[in-house]
Amino acid sequence: MTQNQTSPPILQMKNIVKNFGATCAVDNVDFELKKGEVHALIGENGAGKSTLVKILSGALKADKGSMFLGDAPYSPSNPLDGRRRGVSMIYQELNLAPHLTVEENIMLGREVHSWFFVRQKEMRKKVKEALEFVNHPEISPDVPVKKLSIGARQVVEITRALMGRAAVLVMDEPTSSLSQEDSALLFQIIGKLKSQGVSVIYISHFLEEVQEVADSFTVLRDGKKVGSGKIKNVSLEELIRMMVGQKVDEMFPRIEHEVGDDMLKLKKLKGINMQAEVNLSLHRGEIVGLAGLIGAGRTELIRTIFGLDAVAKGFVKIANISTSKGSPSQRIREGMGYLSEDRQGEGLALSRSLVDNLTLSHFSPYSRLGFIALKKRKTAAHEWIQRMKIKARSPDQLVLGLSGGNQQKVALARLLHQEADILLLDEPTRGIDVASKSQIYEWIGELASKGKTILFVSSYFPELIGICDRIAVFHRGQLVDIKPYSQWTAQRIMAAATTGKAVEE
Amino acid sequence: MKKKTVQFKFVKEKTRIQHLISWLAPFLGLILVLVIFSLMPEVQDRFLRVANFKSVATQSVIVALGALGMTLIIISGGIDLSAASNIALSSVIVAFSINAGISPAVAIVFGILTGGLVGFVNGSLITSLRLVPFIVTLGMLGIARGVAKWIAGNQKIDAPLTWVNDLMARHPQPSWLLMAPGVWMMIILAVVMAVVLRYTVFGRHVFAVGSNEATARLCGIRTNRTKIVIYSVSGLFCGLSGVMQFSRLTVGDPTVAVGLELDIIAAVVIGGGSLSGGEGSILGSMVGVFIMSFLRNGSTMMGWPNYIQEIIIGAIIVVAVSLDQLRHRRQ
Repeated sequence: MTQNQTSPPILQMKNIVKNFGATCAVDNVDFELKKGEVHALIGENGAGKSTLVKILSGALKADKGSMFLGDAPYSPSNPLDGRRRGVSMIYQELNLAPHLTVEENIMLGREVHSWFFVRQKEMRKKVKEALEFVNHPEISPDVPVKKLSIGARQVVEITRALMGRAAVLVMDEPTSSLSQEDSALLFQIIGKLKSQGVSVIYISHFLEEVQEVADSFTVLRDGKKVGSGKIKNVSLEELIRMMVGQKVDEMFPRIEHEVGDDMLKLKKLKGINMQAEVNLSLHRGEIVGLAGLIGAGRTELIRTIFGLDAVAKGFVKIANISTSKGSPSQRIREGMGYLSEDRQGEGLALSRSLVDNLTLSHFSPYSRLGFIALKKRKTAAHEWIQRMKIKARSPDQLVLGLSGGNQQKVALARLLHQEADILLLDEPTRGIDVASKSQIYEWIGELASKGKTILFVSSYFPELIGICDRIAVFHRGQLVDIKPYSQWTAQRIMAAATTGKAVEE
Repeated sequence: MKKKTVQFKFVKEKTRIQHLISWLAPFLGLILVLVIFSLMPEVQDRFLRVANFKSVATQSVIVALGALGMTLIIISGGIDLSAASNIALSSVIVAFSINAGISPAVAIVFGILTGGLVGFVNGSLITSLRLVPFIVTLGMLGIARGVAKWIAGNQKIDAPLTWVNDLMARHPQPSWLLMAPGVWMMIILAVVMAVVLRYTVFGRHVFAVGSNEATARLCGIRTNRTKIVIYSVSGLFCGLSGVMQFSRLTVGDPTVAVGLELDIIAAVVIGGGSLSGGEGSILGSMVGVFIMSFLRNGSTMMGWPNYIQEIIIGAIIVVAVSLDQLRHRRQ
């Protein structure tokens, strides 16, 4: 690199603080970016990376701290303002107008025109030149963006940012939905950008990729900066240690339970949204954890098991009965229950009452000839509220008004109410308070002791180690490794999840 | 740096013939309708005559003018349920003005501006109150209709015959015009709007707002202003449509055109407009208008009762839109 080590930074963020209510998402973080460097921003889910770059782009306002772009103070009032100052975010796909052509998207908001009429020839020429510059002359300016692959869309977005003379590009998980080939294409473009003096902030979970593409790094953990430096001076193990840190020992209640015979078997199962086949077998009274990073394909797997996504290949065996195709309603009859990770969007009907939500998957005890025995249902709901220690005024209270933890209890209570034997829990403890969390751990243990089978998806590895019997780690849609909990540590899981390689002793 | 550059596997560009087919696609429905009625022995001699085509064109003017504006709105991801009420209000304003002794030319301007004002109010409410267009224009549907009845004293306004009534005359003066001035106006304005949508910055912004509003805003497009302009322009078209309505009826009738907004929306949708925004074309919408007009015309000639026409047009909407979606999915 010809880059002078002592060249002044193009971007400085100083003492940035951002609180969301009581939680401190970004805690006094300093960040520096040099001209023409690729700077990786890494950390676990929820470490504060996204918040930090949102502050940078203008989507969020910092509570404290200052930013400088070159020598000038920089405080964008919104993303458009940030863009005009030369800071552009590259999102995965949401940021283009799908019906417009490549040329129209790239030139959007800065059309070349005389009077009101666009000068299409000139713009086409400009766009063609820009696409050639990023080595993709094969992308035609006249094709509607919706016909492009995700990788090509990203190129269009980058081209658009360059057209606006971006000096700093922020790429948030740019390769998470790209194929290997398309990722290679992206790295080529990043190389080209560097040579033109454009700086890139590169957010990624994939550490090996980071080592390949980045010059320097900053690691965030729990909103704090825990390390930064040149990428060539740091090893993969050191990065992982910085990301995971020394977690304070938490107490996880381990309730005695005995693992029994086969209950759920996945044979070469591949859903339409999954990237690879998965083999897995679960037993009665067993808690199996699915670890991985966001987007590793765990949600797609359990959606396929539950019949929300169609099966492309392979089959699901429940208690030794093979049932390859199944709708969610059939799965529920077969004794399966699913807790969605998207509690507010999909998991609960927020504008309906607690009792409605609780009984939604299992009306039969209260219905006669299609009519619902409202009183009986309400009494039952009362019992559940007490049993699950849900803080609610009455069964008729709207779920909307409950806290996150209590909402999650309602969602979980629905599975118990429906008397599911196999529980598919997707991030059941995300975004809820500590007290509710430990209650949920306890229930999961109790359920296992009653012989239920539990599949527990989480991105918080200590809790998986704390309560699961076995843990399977996913990386880019592949099941990397499955082992008993005693053979895992948070660092080993992170290593497997970020590199896709099973760690040997 | 690696020397080798990999390229995206890329969708083929359309060939000439594919271009031609996709350009002709909207016409297929129209041609089908024309062919069907031409083959009916009961009507073929009357149906395929220049005079009949002229009268269909004249009958289409009111819906077509409304559809020009509605196309803009639907491409931008919105909807205007108040179009027909706006037409009625504007036609009442024209009649009222002429009756008040104002010159017909000024009365026409008043009528058009009234339509524009209603559109402007729609756009302003949608952007400032952040309400969905469905709700705002549903409200305006009632308000504009009510105001029209109020101004007209809840009855028809008889206005003296003036040259305004010649705008929709079947036999135009001078005769070298061949078609009613209103029909020419419709054709010219359709061309103008097609050019606006395709070749102006504003046209691109209309598509951008409908395709992805957040992106449009991020790219520096003043989305609110764009929307207000869209609804105002659409309102002006309703105003002009109201002038034509008055011209045809020779009275200002506040109860005219009830439900016509659905015909207008149907025309745009049959012509390939997507209610979720980002798609639609003037040519398509005009074809949509004429499919419905010829169907009505042919059915009437066949002596089919009104309800048959309604059933056919209802079915056509569903079939046309599902065919359109099928075509999109195949791509």
